[in-house]
Amino acid sequence: MGNHVQQLWQQCGFKDRRDRHRSKSRDSSSRGDKSVTIQAPGEPLLDAESTRGDDRDDNWGETTTVVTGTSEHSVSNEDLTRVSKELEESTPLECKRFIGPALGGCLSFFALVTPLAFLVLPQVLWRDALDPCGTPCEGLYVSLAFKLLVLLISSWALFLRPPRATLPRFFVFRCLLMVLVFLFVASYWLFYGVRVLEPRERDYRGIVEYAASLVDALLFIQYLALVLLEVRHLQPAFCLKVVRTTDGASKFYNVGHLSIQRAAVWVLDRYYSDFPVYNPALLNLPKSILSKKMTGFKVYSLDENTTNNSTGQSRAMIAAAARRRDNSHNEFYYEEAEMDRRIRKRKARLVVAVEEAFTHIKRLHEDEVASSPKHPREVMDPREAAQAIFAPMARAMQKYLRTTRQQPFHSMESILTHLQFCITHNMTPKAFLERYLTPGPTMQYQQQNGRGRQWTLVSEEPVTSALRQGLVFSLRRLDFSLVVTVTPLPFLRLGEEFIDPKSHKFVMRLQSETSV
Amino acid sequence: MSFVPGQPVTAVVQRIEIQKLRQNDHLILGFSIGGGIDQDPGQNPFSEDKTDKGIYVTRVSEGGPAELAGLQIGDKIMQVNGWDMTMVTHDQARKRLTKKNEQVVRLLVTRKSLEDAVRHSMSNYPK
Repeated sequence: MGNHVQQLWQQCGFKDRRDRHRSKSRDSSSRGDKSVTIQAPGEPLLDAESTRGDDRDDNWGETTTVVTGTSEHSVSNEDLTRVSKELEESTPLECKRFIGPALGGCLSFFALVTPLAFLVLPQVLWRDALDPCGTPCEGLYVSLAFKLLVLLISSWALFLRPPRATLPRFFVFRCLLMVLVFLFVASYWLFYGVRVLEPRERDYRGIVEYAASLVDALLFIQYLALVLLEVRHLQPAFCLKVVRTTDGASKFYNVGHLSIQRAAVWVLDRYYSDFPVYNPALLNLPKSILSKKMTGFKVYSLDENTTNNSTGQSRAMIAAAARRRDNSHNEFYYEEAEMDRRIRKRKARLVVAVEEAFTHIKRLHEDEVASSPKHPREVMDPREAAQAIFAPMARAMQKYLRTTRQQPFHSMESILTHLQFCITHNMTPKAFLERYLTPGPTMQYQQQNGRGRQWTLVSEEPVTSALRQGLVFSLRRLDFSLVVTVTPLPFLRLGEEFIDPKSHKFVMRLQSETSV
Repeated sequence: MSFVPGQPVTAVVQRIEIQKLRQNDHLILGFSIGGGIDQDPGQNPFSEDKTDKGIYVTRVSEGGPAELAGLQIGDKIMQVNGWDMTMVTHDQARKRLTKKNEQVVRLLVTRKSLEDAVRHSMSNYPK
């Protein structure tokens, strides 16, 4: 059954290209001569953002970025692009994206263990010399335990998340905070070593209070981290306009105070779910229009001894061609109208075919009798049901996808999977078709790939500087880029006007004048 | 021309008889009215007392039957064919004036200059 469907798919494509006048018979198995294989069955989904569809290499530049994360001095733009180009060919899954979080994890573990170490070390080393410490110490123990628990939970909630992007430069706030934590803990250890460990301090209560103060300080640093990393950028301050260079799709977003690199990550998050997928096939004017523009200019003069007469003649030809060129807008208009009409026709056929196909199956409820001896009915699972009804609509679907240039995005396998999904969830034909009638966001076509997407941030300012008015940066991918322009949101002066609810009174305002 | 509620209204009036003119199967009189008890009396430019809700002549068309009969702009209409016009709505006034089966309307109108003329003549007459 599957083979039959695949054959049908390939033959639909082939037939469409060859010959439109043949009668549309669906019985393809009777034709013997079509042995051309066009697509391997079950071909995985094309990376929707690549134009190199034919010579596609799976080990293609997907992962992390560019510059070594340890240098602080600036790397110029050319270096960035050069290094990125080198990296695109080689793609092992980089461990570099985990260095930052690993470092942060170690530091926070160290910071969390320190208060416990402060408490435990005197007990271990000079237990008998310590002053006994009764109820106040126990109170401090309890509060210490709870504060550590809160620190642990909030660190887990806030910071222990898999990183979503690697940035080209240091993330300034995060580095600042890590340095702060390190300095704090180091200075506490220093003080502890000099004042407690060396002279073997006997006042245990003081030591416990010291450890408690460290935990308080860590809590405050965590508050600072919360504000700097999570809260500061929530209040909107700038409006970003994002335009895709190839087809002009644009969107406006409101962001808060961010650095350029963080704003870039933010924009890319939104790009994957807001922008329609990049389709390179939809970009060019039809060749018929462009070629007519060009024909007037093919004037070669091969003879070196041409007289003035022929140059004058060629000039006249060019002038005539320039005048003739004015009709191309006319052709463009009619070509567009024709294309629209064709798409609508194909769409109508597709919708009817799908509706009809969906009427062929129905869901079997548990209490219905599956089969009786007189009318045996085959009970199918969703996959088989999908394959059964796919055959009548395959041709219409193939033609529609070709007309709208979407066929690289949808392989037969993906359509069958989607059909199976829709049948399982009791969707109507219209819900099934929603995925094909409008080009969806890029997210819809992404494979779940652990390797990530490679983007290059191109900017004239250093990427850790904050957003400000008039800044322009762009995010480049292989064959298109997104240009981002920053404008500040206007300052709003909100005034107040109080209206007494009793002040709403009305009179008739009539001064009619009638002619008699 | 103000009145005290509950007391009879007294005014010096002029009798004006207007012949209706036929124009494209309408019978027109050639003037416009304004005012009425359902209208805003403060907007009346012709009344002395701004609480007066009577019917006033707001426009007289040139060469029309009203002008020929001597109606002037700013006149207050007191009666039309015997019907009172001092306490009517605007629409009732219009209907009283535009009855299709009447060819002639006899109005009683009053204006300030009439009052003044009478008072002037009365003051000149010592007895």
